[in-house]
Amino acid sequence: MNVNHHPSEALLLDYVSGTLGETWSLGIATHLALCPTCRRTVDVLEAMGGDLLENISPAEMSGDAAARMMARIDVSDDAQNKTGLPTLQLSKSHILPQPLLSYLGKDLADLKWQRLGMGAFQSLIQTQEKDVTARLLRIPAGKPVPEHTHRGLELTLILSGEFSDATGTYKRGDLQEADETLGHHPCAGKDKDCVCLAITDAPLRFRSLAARIVQPMLGI
Amino acid sequence: MTERDNQSSIAEQMAAHIRKVADHRDRAAFAEIFDYFGPRLKSFVMRQGSDPQLAEEVVQETMVKIWHKSGQFDSKKASASTWIYTIARNMRIDLLRKMNRPEPDMNDPSMTPDPDPMAYDKIAFDQEADQLKKSITLLPEDQQRVLQLAYFEDKTHNEVAVELNVPLGTVKSRIRLALRRIRTELGDLR
Repeated sequence: MNVNHHPSEALLLDYVSGTLGETWSLGIATHLALCPTCRRTVDVLEAMGGDLLENISPAEMSGDAAARMMARIDVSDDAQNKTGLPTLQLSKSHILPQPLLSYLGKDLADLKWQRLGMGAFQSLIQTQEKDVTARLLRIPAGKPVPEHTHRGLELTLILSGEFSDATGTYKRGDLQEADETLGHHPCAGKDKDCVCLAITDAPLRFRSLAARIVQPMLGI
Repeated sequence: MTERDNQSSIAEQMAAHIRKVADHRDRAAFAEIFDYFGPRLKSFVMRQGSDPQLAEEVVQETMVKIWHKSGQFDSKKASASTWIYTIARNMRIDLLRKMNRPEPDMNDPSMTPDPDPMAYDKIAFDQEADQLKKSITLLPEDQQRVLQLAYFEDKTHNEVAVELNVPLGTVKSRIRLALRRIRTELGDLR
């Protein structure tokens, strides 16, 4: 399986430097599970961070820092021995990689879906952030997602099936990074429902009047 | 001995110290790691905007993690400084932002494996790490500036664009060009 659409290097840098928020990072981390190419880019970026750390001019530590440090490891060694290893939750369907599976708390077949109209469904994903929203979308085979533009950034990661728009065809692992300049009309592939992770920092703006009227009711 | 020889021997010494901590709970080796990385970590976190006390707290917590996770360090996958950088980054997000940072799970069977695990050498303390060092110093000034703002000053690429007063597209292309150049010199790209 070849992944052909990747996040920008700029977004990967934000992920590596730690400035990218939790919800966007969920999208990037899920893409990384499916994309060896971007995992390598992240390795290079982390090595750059390590190099900068090695070459920074050192700060002066407070006088008792080393002594406090040694005292800390004695205490926490005892505490650490009492905690076991976390058990890995497995996806039976093999469609949802970690860390997405942990956030959803259940596998694809057990999710509660909320009707969006026009045959599409969503399942919202809880994160600690209020101003960025992550959801799984399920678009029926061959059906369009209503034409929309974005007021902010939108990441769409395909998990199953495929979708196409003017910028190309997106399959499992492919990630589309779209900003307000992209007005697009994605359509699910005709063989299979399309399941994707969609992350937005502003409500989507739909083109058609009918879609604009129902939009507030759907909460998207 | 040139400065670069000196640096790679430090990288090798630090990797050896981490292994001693993992295998023998070696406190003297741990103290060596603290002496070398503690002041650098403190400096790094302070440049990102923390006061000295808070920076020392991040250093302490990072070092406790190093003590416990030393068994997971694999010098074939990353150099000591890269491994410690990622631990400190996660600790800082955890302590200062109280935020979760989602990461892929390397043991997840749903993960797409590397098609050819031997295709890329891991950037450990060998020639690749030296090549990386050299490549970073040879980047054009404007690309280096963007990277410094991102790593040292805790800015997103959006914030870097505002700080430098250049369009977002310019920042994105500087990052892309810097990475392309470094990966070409590492032999990833042709």
